[in-house]
Amino acid sequence: MSEATNGKVNSAAAVLTRKDFTSDQEVRWCPGCGDYSILAQTQKVMPDLGVPREKIVFVSGIGCSSRFPYYMQTYGFHTIHGRAPAIATGLKASRPDLMVWVITGDGDALSIGGNHILHVLRRNVDVKIVLFNNRIYGLTKGQYSPTSELGKKVKSAPMGVPDAPLSPLSVAIGAEATFVARTVDTDTKHLVATLERAAAHKGTAFVEVYQNCNIYNDRAFAYMTERSVRDDRTLYLQHGEPMRFGKEHQRGIRLRGLDPEVVTIGEDGISEEDLLRHDEHRPEGTLAYLLSRLDYPEFPVPVGVLRDVQRPTYDGLLEEQEAQAQQRHGTGDLDALFNQGDTWVVG
Amino acid sequence: MTSQDTLDKPVEELESVVIRLAGDSGDGMQLTGGQFTRTTALFGNDISTLPDFPAEIRAPAGSLPGVSSFQLNFSSHDIFTPGDAPNVLVAMNPAALKVHLDDLEDGGILVVNTDAFSKTNLHKAGYTNNPLGDGTLSKYRAFKVPITSLNAKALDGLDMTQRQTDRSKNFWALGLLYWLYNRPLEASLRFLEERFKESNPTVYEANKRALRAGYNYGDTTEIFTTAYRVRKAHLPDGTYRNMTGAEATAMGFVTGARLHRKSIFYTAYPITPASEVLHEIVHYKHFGVKTFQAEDEIAAVSAAIGASFGGNLGLTCTSGPGVALKSEAINLAHMVELPLVIADIQRAGPSTGMPTKTEQGDLLQCMFGRNSDSACAIIAPATPGDCFYMAIETFRLAVKFMTPVFFLSDGYLGNGAEPWRVPSASDLERYGVVHPTDPDDFAAYRRDPETLARPWAVPGTPGLEHRIGGLEKADITGNVSYDPRNHELMTKLRNEKIERIANDIPLQEVYGDPEGKLLVLSWGSTYGAVISAVDKLREQGESVSHAHLRYLNPLPKNLEDILQRFDTVLIPELNLGQLRLLIRARFLIDAVGFPKVQGLPFKVSEIIEKCEELLG
Ligand SMILES: Cc1ncc(C[n+]2csc(CCOP(=O)(O)OP(=O)(O)O)c2C)c(N)n1
Ligand code: SF4
Ligand SMILES: [Mg+2]
Repeated sequence: MSEATNGKVNSAAAVLTRKDFTSDQEVRWCPGCGDYSILAQTQKVMPDLGVPREKIVFVSGIGCSSRFPYYMQTYGFHTIHGRAPAIATGLKASRPDLMVWVITGDGDALSIGGNHILHVLRRNVDVKIVLFNNRIYGLTKGQYSPTSELGKKVKSAPMGVPDAPLSPLSVAIGAEATFVARTVDTDTKHLVATLERAAAHKGTAFVEVYQNCNIYNDRAFAYMTERSVRDDRTLYLQHGEPMRFGKEHQRGIRLRGLDPEVVTIGEDGISEEDLLRHDEHRPEGTLAYLLSRLDYPEFPVPVGVLRDVQRPTYDGLLEEQEAQAQQRHGTGDLDALFNQGDTWVVG
Repeated sequence: MTSQDTLDKPVEELESVVIRLAGDSGDGMQLTGGQFTRTTALFGNDISTLPDFPAEIRAPAGSLPGVSSFQLNFSSHDIFTPGDAPNVLVAMNPAALKVHLDDLEDGGILVVNTDAFSKTNLHKAGYTNNPLGDGTLSKYRAFKVPITSLNAKALDGLDMTQRQTDRSKNFWALGLLYWLYNRPLEASLRFLEERFKESNPTVYEANKRALRAGYNYGDTTEIFTTAYRVRKAHLPDGTYRNMTGAEATAMGFVTGARLHRKSIFYTAYPITPASEVLHEIVHYKHFGVKTFQAEDEIAAVSAAIGASFGGNLGLTCTSGPGVALKSEAINLAHMVELPLVIADIQRAGPSTGMPTKTEQGDLLQCMFGRNSDSACAIIAPATPGDCFYMAIETFRLAVKFMTPVFFLSDGYLGNGAEPWRVPSASDLERYGVVHPTDPDDFAAYRRDPETLARPWAVPGTPGLEHRIGGLEKADITGNVSYDPRNHELMTKLRNEKIERIANDIPLQEVYGDPEGKLLVLSWGSTYGAVISAVDKLREQGESVSHAHLRYLNPLPKNLEDILQRFDTVLIPELNLGQLRLLIRARFLIDAVGFPKVQGLPFKVSEIIEKCEELLG
């Protein structure tokens, strides 16, 4: 295997454009689906990553979102429901020279594939996971998902969803993720920036994208994406900066004891100094976890990078072990293998 | 002292001996059995072994479920099974005696550790009277030896607690057996040196002393009037080593990968008895083997598929319940037509069943346990040593035909051992693997006209960027397709590809006459028992032949013709008749079944009796 990781090479590859990453397959999502935007921004980001196209692989599970690889002119594997993280783990661990992306949905990643998400994150396999969270099962026509709100009336729960949802970001942080971020399908600039950050991270990157399913869960995120309320209900995280939000940046997040609270600068003598300051690189996940709990309506919804820390990757450790074993025993000789231990001769 | 010439007691020549060592699971019977096997193999006998341990790692000491045993058959001629009834039983406590005494042949040698026959232990074993004194043992040549106290005496003066001292009593018993069967101590002394000399000098000294003391006890006491000798076997010339099925399997996979110039990605979620292979193969990282202990069996097979997509050999090893979990992903591999090896080391089911006991219950699961028409290739090794060659063969077929292939072994094969003739690497065939590189001539589902395999284009190849997936694909291009006729065509192509493997495997051989009254048709680990039985019957002049299948799907092309040439076909299996169902369905031949589902292998005598019944 080459030394390059994530497929990055130093040679000046021919300059590619967004078009070079567009496959000849007709895109089949419902018109207006948020998936279109994520596809477009991903295709836009690809040429700037400095990775040759043939070194990029998109692996997905099953769901509307998981059709994604068919539309990318890269290598792609549309697998089975929930198992993309495991398949990507085998691919990346055996081919560290590739850049591997995992495309998944809220049901795919957190319901049927919950176990694999947990373990790919704790292992820190160097893959980039993009979770399209539309808070619904799109492909199977509108049943509730592990991120659907309690009490919401949907096709499979006409009297209201009886199970409590979970926060994908909290789960990721709990599973020792080294990179955790959130972005929104409609905020294309932010989406591009976040994908670029994920691509640059060495280790598992976990990106939740709020994605509108206009057929089965339309306007699920309108409470924060509508232009009129967006600034007041979104907390744009910036490393090293105090946590301010609102149209005039006049509001902020302050910590009281273990609990965050929303304050207004200038009121009750509060100044910027009193606000929480974002630090993506804190070794412990406490701050990132706290941020992952902030939600509408009590709080603005944080978007951006919650956590970005370094830890050895699984694929890297496997490589090291192999190298060590070869240093100790050579590259493997079959005759030596056959004759190891006690042997005796007949005849 | 270990030379046979110093024996002053008479030495009796034997052809073969079956020994069973039985004790509490804490008594180290598996280790003792392993040592005796190693020494006996080095001595040049043919051997076959059967370890049998309790499912609970720490069953209550002295209880019946806590009994662990190890059976070893060694011989001066070819042997194929660990033997039916033991000629010798070593019972380290009352529970071991209770569980195993009935199996000992009449007049067989019984060595009992009298020190263990305390009131409590007798009670735990369910004895109301002490069997040492009530005539229970009168049918046997019983040697009552206070092993615990003799061992303690030998270790006198060492800085050890009584509990620690007692741990060496298995080596004391081993020493006695070495004397009785005229074996040298060297191999075990070397083992102790390697294992303990540096890490734990006291244990090293204790076991060494115990081994010698047991040996000397045989040499000097009057209770054994005879020692026994089993001459070297006449095995074909060559270098030999002792090999368990698990070792052979791991080594075969490593070799198969090397012969393809490929790296292995080995994935597993721990499960008995498959983990033995994992514990072996982790030592071969320098051969380019990467191992992945997954979060569950689904992740394991999925990761193997990911590795195969990347151009490596994806291999996942499990047992029956694990195969059940892997089914959906195996069908993905069937659909995307990537090489994948699934090793199933079968155990007694259904459900959790009897994890440490053997069975051949997964044949139909591997054959049909997936949604829709989705044939997979299945091959089954016949003996522990054969696991090596069939493991290589699994890779060969998976790569050549771009398909999942099952390696269907079982606990009996995996844990059993036999002498294995060491091949020379240069004698093994090399296999070329072609990955396409030419973008102008590439279609992901354009098939090889002979094998119907699709090209294995791997990520990293410029210009071949393509997408695969579980959705039905159009012939040739591989694009998603819902066209009704295309679906039928692709379904047929995928299954026909498996059928065509029959053109690429050896024809079925028949042992014995090519036609006659009775053909015994077997597969997998029953090989030893069946061939031994058929041999005996043929010696008696019976018209019996034997065909042993190593390829179960597809079946060898000439099988039907062979089956037609016999009046009766008998299929002994460690299940309720799974191969029989396939044979009857496939060939409309009214094969007779002989099922056994006791978690135990066939005895030679059982097969003989069944054949005799059919021969009339
Ligand atoms: C083993 C299995 N069970 C169930 C399904 C049916 N199924 C397909 S996608 C899906 C849910 C998808 O939801 P999500 O992951 O949120 O993706 P979305 O369609 O919303 O993008 C289900 C239940 C399946 N394909 N495979
Ligand atoms: S069902 Fe929803 S998620 Fe699926 S394609 Fe249509 S809009 Fe998109
Ligand atoms: Mg969804």
